[in-house]
Amino acid sequence: MLKTIGVESVDNLFDDVPEDAQYPELNLPAALSEMDMLRTLRGMAARDANASEYAYFLGAGAYNHFIPATVPHLIFRAEFFTSYTPYQPEISQGTLQTIFEYQSMICDLTGMDVANASHYDAATAAAEAAVMAINSVKSGNKIIVAPSVHPHYRATMRTYLEGQHIPIVGDEDLSATLDAVLDKHLDNQTAGVLIANPDFLGNIRDLHAIAERVHAAGALLIISTYPIALGMYQAPGDYGADIVIGEGQSLGNALGFGGPYLGIFACKEKYVRRMAGRLVGQTVDKQGRRGFVLTLQAREQHIRREKATSNICTNEALNALAACVYMATMGKQGLRQVAELCYQKAHYTARAIGKLYGYRVLTDSFFNEFVVECPKSVKEINRALYQRKIIGGYDLKEEYPYLKNAMLVAVTEMNSREQIDQFIQALSEVGQ
Amino acid sequence: MSIVANKPEPLLYEISNPGTIGYSLPESDVPATPLPTSLLRDNLNLPEVSEVDVVRHFTRLSQKNYCVDLGIYPLGSCTMKYNPKVNEEAIRLPGFAQAHPMQPAETAQGALQLMYELQQYLGEISGLPAVTLQPAAGAQGELVGILIIRAYHIARGDTARCEVLIPDSAHGTNPATSAMAGYKVVEVKSDARGNMDLNDLRAKVSNKTAGIMFTNPNTLGLFEEHVREVNKIVHDAGGLVYGDGANLNAIVGIARPGDLGFDVIHSNLHKTFSVPHGGGGPGAGPVMARADLAQFLPTPIVAKQGDQYVWHVPEHTIGRIKSFWGNFLALVRAYTYIRSYGKEHLREIAENAVLNANYLLALIRHVYDPQVPERISKHEFVLNGTRFKKEYGVSTLDVAKRIIDYGFYPPTIYFPLIVPECLMIEPTETQSKASLNEFANALLKIAEEARTNPQLLHDAPHDTPVSRLDDVRAAREPLLHYKPPEAEKEMAA
Repeated sequence: MLKTIGVESVDNLFDDVPEDAQYPELNLPAALSEMDMLRTLRGMAARDANASEYAYFLGAGAYNHFIPATVPHLIFRAEFFTSYTPYQPEISQGTLQTIFEYQSMICDLTGMDVANASHYDAATAAAEAAVMAINSVKSGNKIIVAPSVHPHYRATMRTYLEGQHIPIVGDEDLSATLDAVLDKHLDNQTAGVLIANPDFLGNIRDLHAIAERVHAAGALLIISTYPIALGMYQAPGDYGADIVIGEGQSLGNALGFGGPYLGIFACKEKYVRRMAGRLVGQTVDKQGRRGFVLTLQAREQHIRREKATSNICTNEALNALAACVYMATMGKQGLRQVAELCYQKAHYTARAIGKLYGYRVLTDSFFNEFVVECPKSVKEINRALYQRKIIGGYDLKEEYPYLKNAMLVAVTEMNSREQIDQFIQALSEVGQ
Repeated sequence: MSIVANKPEPLLYEISNPGTIGYSLPESDVPATPLPTSLLRDNLNLPEVSEVDVVRHFTRLSQKNYCVDLGIYPLGSCTMKYNPKVNEEAIRLPGFAQAHPMQPAETAQGALQLMYELQQYLGEISGLPAVTLQPAAGAQGELVGILIIRAYHIARGDTARCEVLIPDSAHGTNPATSAMAGYKVVEVKSDARGNMDLNDLRAKVSNKTAGIMFTNPNTLGLFEEHVREVNKIVHDAGGLVYGDGANLNAIVGIARPGDLGFDVIHSNLHKTFSVPHGGGGPGAGPVMARADLAQFLPTPIVAKQGDQYVWHVPEHTIGRIKSFWGNFLALVRAYTYIRSYGKEHLREIAENAVLNANYLLALIRHVYDPQVPERISKHEFVLNGTRFKKEYGVSTLDVAKRIIDYGFYPPTIYFPLIVPECLMIEPTETQSKASLNEFANALLKIAEEARTNPQLLHDAPHDTPVSRLDDVRAAREPLLHYKPPEAEKEMAA
């Protein structure tokens, strides 16, 4: 090969690299064989509590839902797994059609007209939705965010919007109600209002009146949602959302210690040209046969460069495929049943906790997650639960300090009655 | 493509049969709670199909895809290397796959250890020791990098810097990123040898320069011969240097960006470090920076206190860039890959990637025109298709589509934008000599066909599930989700 190229050695291929920087001595471990590698990894993984060994009552934006066997078997087919962005549609129709079907199902789920091929996660989708609202509403120059939106989403939005000098207001007082937040901030300079439903603390609300207020001010309503809840609750499109974002992890994606997940990002048709991310559209080939292509690319960085709607390129296609296979397997009835199982088990759990001495459930109307005021610090309680092979709820101390000793408890279809009863029993003992 | 693959596959919505189910769920085992009386929906319209319908549907669709596990996938700038299967065993371990991101750090010490060590490895490989694993992809890494540079200037009270310099050969993500961070983009020209034009750079750098973003090797597949000078010019003006690490595969283990004068870079783990591309993601785009910039990294990073791994908030952090901690399972794959190669073998990745690219170019350069013929390429090379267009009336798109007929994925086309009729080829290190010969032979035959039977190229591809698709129609009459036949007819009318 060297002879064909016309050089003497491989080193000659790097002659243009500054000599004093060539071939650094790297302080890295020595190579491991496959067997030793797996042994090392198993040792590390064994140090982590995980949902195959512990009962989880932890959510806070990531949920331990059942993943049907169809999902891993289909998404890990090499043809999906080891291909890339479908730049050449003639030999990428598999990926393109699955994205089109994903987009279609997300539109059904959210009640929107358009869904993109996925975003990194809900936090980044929230940030891009805010930018999209600013670009869509002429007089708008600020974003209102409800204090009950996931703290990671609010933080990520601030990082994204910092350089563009777009103010984000509304979460100064974390205990403020939605109406109080709107009373204080909503005006004709508002581009968008981001509200979570269900919110980070588990509350689920009728937002029709709020939607009317937001629209009357000329702003867009951005809803952050939990897709499993949409198996039974009204779609955000039904109560007036203009943009819907959400964490898609619960649709067939592993907990995976936080990622990769996928951001759901959907909107009404009239805003599509301001949307970030890939879109797949249906068209025809030369013989008039149906086919799918990446479309409306004039929004994207590889065409528009600094005038693009976003810099996003690689997204979370395989996670969107997992969501697609999940929704296909569950269908409308299955998703409803998963949602109802979550609802039933969560309400059973909340009722039982409410009867325990020293504990109080603070959330009235919820889907599968609720706040519990505990008799001791959540940290202390969680340590004791961990000894009993239970991962307790999220400690709200850091993010919502006005709530004292508050634990955010999530229950899913994966929590058997036996697990729930053990959790209640443990809380009772630990709370003494 | 097989006969099965060429058969049209209906949408799941089109085979939906009311009442059919594909799932198996248990009944509720707790006393019932009445459902809320309002707020419920009855309009959810997901397809209703059986499990076998689902499996056949997606299996058939998969057969309409080309992939790395089938053969060479020479998309320039995408580094479509083979992804070792041991990575996939790693990510299935329950301690990784089924750990919850919000569980207390003391119950996830294995995951934190892996992240801590990966931070160390990437810091060592890049020569830039301050590392965040949080960015989900290269473009997000770029945004983090530029925000770090912004925070650095602001912390020094240097607030008038409002421009980012970007060479005309750059990926589109670079200018898009700069704009997202609030900067004005100033383009720097390339010279005939494929380097940055130093005179143009000197003319454009100023006390308004926040920094420069460039890829090295650049998108022409060429190492920037004046890398140190470029970096000095920008540093002397008070700016910082951002390295787009998209092409790190060409120099991993050969040279460290930190030693070449870069201040901040990202690495696409789905390129250099073998995370499978998944049909368009997920990736991961960790950012590495100079030690003194560690204070600005996104929050949190993993630190070690005694024998415990803990979350650490950098003192002047730019903030959070996504939910949780990053694309963790992608990090597990990259970790596995780096340790499988180890310090002894890491540089062989770059050596073989560059050897393969130059070998492939040598096999075809008497027929195709390299953009910069006098130089050795790095991991990829760029061809200029102007002569084909002029002499045979054959465009680069035609050549690319004809490559499909030979059973390969086409290279990147029409990028970088500075090369007319551009064809950008990156074979990666995971091609054997035999497979490179086979691919070269196909390219040579196509060149011959371009001369003797150009129509064959205009009509290509010939034997795929669909032929060339109407992009204009897709954009003019966007149909972005399934519409029942009646609705579609109404739209047309």
